[in-house]
Amino acid sequence: MSAVAPSRTFDVSGTSKVPFSRLVSVEMRKMADTRAGLWLLSIIGLITIAVIVIFFFVTSGNADDRTFINFLNITSTPLGFLLPVLGILLVTGEWGQRTTLTTFALEPSRMKVIAAKTVAALVYGVATLLLAVLVAAVAASIGGATDAWGGDEIVESAKMLLVIVMSILQGVAFGLVVLNSAGAIVLFFVLPIAFNLVANLWGWLNERAMWLDLATAQTPLLGMDPATGMPLSGNLTGEQWLNLASVTALWIVVPFVIGLVRVQRAEMK
Amino acid sequence: MISVQGLTKTYGGFTAVDDVSFTAEPGRVTGFLGPNGAGKTTTMRVLTGLTTASRGTATIGGMRYSDIPNPGLHVGVLLDASAQHAGRTGREVLTLSAKVMGLPARRVDEMLELVSLTGSESKRRVRNYSLGMRQRLGIANALLGDPSVLVLDEPANGLDPAGIHWMRGLLKTFADQGGTVLLSSHLLHEVEIIADEMVMIGNGRIVAQGTKQDMLAQAGGHGCFVTAEDGAQLRRALDGSGLAYAQAGEGFRVEAQPVQVGRLAVQAGIVLMDLRAADGGLERLFLELTAPTQREQLTEGAQA
Ligand SMILES: Nc1ncnc2c1ncn2[C@@H]1O[C@H](COP(=O)(O)OP(=O)(O)O)[C@@H](O)[C@H]1O
Ligand SMILES: [Mg+2]
Repeated sequence: MSAVAPSRTFDVSGTSKVPFSRLVSVEMRKMADTRAGLWLLSIIGLITIAVIVIFFFVTSGNADDRTFINFLNITSTPLGFLLPVLGILLVTGEWGQRTTLTTFALEPSRMKVIAAKTVAALVYGVATLLLAVLVAAVAASIGGATDAWGGDEIVESAKMLLVIVMSILQGVAFGLVVLNSAGAIVLFFVLPIAFNLVANLWGWLNERAMWLDLATAQTPLLGMDPATGMPLSGNLTGEQWLNLASVTALWIVVPFVIGLVRVQRAEMK
Repeated sequence: MISVQGLTKTYGGFTAVDDVSFTAEPGRVTGFLGPNGAGKTTTMRVLTGLTTASRGTATIGGMRYSDIPNPGLHVGVLLDASAQHAGRTGREVLTLSAKVMGLPARRVDEMLELVSLTGSESKRRVRNYSLGMRQRLGIANALLGDPSVLVLDEPANGLDPAGIHWMRGLLKTFADQGGTVLLSSHLLHEVEIIADEMVMIGNGRIVAQGTKQDMLAQAGGHGCFVTAEDGAQLRRALDGSGLAYAQAGEGFRVEAQPVQVGRLAVQAGIVLMDLRAADGGLERLFLELTAPTQREQLTEGAQA
């Protein structure tokens, strides 16, 4: 047997880092290549379509309600529940199955991996919005409302996008803090309920719900006046934007930062 | 080249790895041997950047792991074959890694073939894999990027004897091509089969290192077993040589190097049927070196 020339030499000079775009596309694939992930994505798509179809039929006696904006806004409630779960699972799925060992061996920068996961979840969020816009547009075109396109559709879609982005980021943040699927999902649903329970008993808190409760601060984005429950359209007031900034800091930025620190320090086992 | 220098890792007050230093050279398979809880996995986790050291350094080719660009192309890592998403197929696990590294899909098929996972096996979900299949998948994953360094934690765990020999062939070829291999095991016989160099660790400290021959010399264990066609003739020759010996089954156990006994047989014109270094020389060393650090105190029975 002839001697083999040493071909395996350690030389990194010709290698560049893993491009960020590649990490994002791999994270998107990870969401869709397990049964749980695929189910969640399918359910998000199906429910988005279903609520619009249902709204279409319940308004059969009142065709003027079948406006594009009404159709679009009706999707916000189910998406507000489902998209955070997507964000949570994208993060916690790795920890539960310990695939972080492989993930971080191939990309040691944990911050880059978390950023890629966040972007991947946001891409799915934007895709969901596009689906909702598309189905709402079809429903509005065939619904027979006299004023189906009477509002500012672009602004309302942008507000919806903001709600979706906030939902996803909150999900990712909760996933990072808890690093456990069940725990993060429970916390995500229980904390707002707990807030409401306390706020009902404690007037001081209730008066400041606009500043402290995410759902309350988001209601203007969904076309409703939080105080009166009356329909609302057009741009938000300065104070309403400040409310949103306040709840974003409280429910998204703070948990996100705590979670990043936690992941950066965590021992991969 | 892998270099671990003065590495210490403490968890609270507990020192899991205590001032560990060793190197693994290119062209060699280095076995990292020690009982459960000795600190092998912790050392390898630090080496691959998954845990931070309390003190000391661990580098590959002079670089910290986290500084290696697209590390999968340079260092193949297998830390825990069970740490895979149970709901993914074996093929999908490799496809994800290949995509991160920027490799073509063809590479996945090549690796599946290399580790003998068949087409239908590769389409099964990992939850249905045996430990041996998971190890093969993990090894395929480590080799995917055609690296020059391998870091494998207990890779032979769950492999059958044929699988262990297959792995020896694989890693020998890898090392002959100039690659560096560091693999851990808590079983001496696995490391004996697979590795050229050994680093023994017990209770977080290195207790011995060197080639298999070095370690044997250090152990003072140089006995051998010999069986001759004519046992009586061999006994007479042994009596005449003054070597210490004892009857062992059909033949004898002689307290001498096999070469000495071989010479003796040639001089006396004895036909040998079997001559080999006594098993257990290293085993005794391993047990002695790690005895104070073993979880259970070894009984006489365990040493037999
Ligand atoms: N994250 C941790 N926290 C506390 N102790 C740990 C941790 N990781 C490992 N250890 C301890 O460090 C020691 C060495 O463990 P390990 O490196 O896994 O040993 P080996 O791989 O040789 O079996 C063990 O006593 C183990 O319990
Ligand atoms: Mg171990």
